[in-house]
Amino acid sequence: MSLPVLLAVGVVGGLGAIARFLLDGAVARRAGRAFPYGTLAVNLLGAFVLGILVGAALDGDAYRVAAFGFIGAFTTFSTWALESHRLGEDGRLGLGAANFAVSLVLGVALAWAGRELGLLL
Amino acid sequence: MRPDPRELAAIFVGGFAGAVVRAELADRFAADPGSWPWETFAVNIAGAFLLGWFVTRLQERLPLSAYRRPLLGTGFCGALTTFSTMQVELLFMLDAGRTGLALTYAAASVVAGFVAVLLATNLVRTGGRLRA
Repeated sequence: MSLPVLLAVGVVGGLGAIARFLLDGAVARRAGRAFPYGTLAVNLLGAFVLGILVGAALDGDAYRVAAFGFIGAFTTFSTWALESHRLGEDGRLGLGAANFAVSLVLGVALAWAGRELGLLL
Repeated sequence: MRPDPRELAAIFVGGFAGAVVRAELADRFAADPGSWPWETFAVNIAGAFLLGWFVTRLQERLPLSAYRRPLLGTGFCGALTTFSTMQVELLFMLDAGRTGLALTYAAASVVAGFVAVLLATNLVRTGGRLRA
């Protein structure tokens, strides 16, 4: 990857991480913190948008910046795993497992729906 | 609630670094669509371990700091790991009719991610010794 593309990935990635933080906080303030709805919302939205980019056949450096940079930094696997683990530690292992299952089923469904939409673009 | 600009700056710096590392790895070790995505898998599990380590240390071991968690956790680990790519990879496996592989990839990611957080958390709490 050329240096300008790498820098663009970094800047857009930094913005993606900030967008995740803000959306997570906004959702958590409304929905409460008993279940990690904020991360769920971020990850599902990101899976949908990445599906659109794939469907629209974005490629090359534009894909690197948008997909690896923004959407890659926007969505997160590590927080998802951490929050599921902490739910389990709090004696709510069922909710932790539900967090994994619901995210995966809806995530793949939304990636598919996004790709269908992207194919129309 | 107005976000603290210094907190946002810390998230930006961590996110910049995490995105750059992952983009380089994704470029170099891209898997064919429909096959096992080792790069995504490895980065996600390593990132889950690091996040479990950082968060437990910052919450339970180190003096309170306003910027370490945004920098290392929300920024770096959050941007390094990815959920969206994993979903598209699962979609490609299902496209290719490799349902068994998709189920294995999903289950392995979830179990390994969970175990990575568990291991990191216990290592921090026991000061480096594994506890049964």
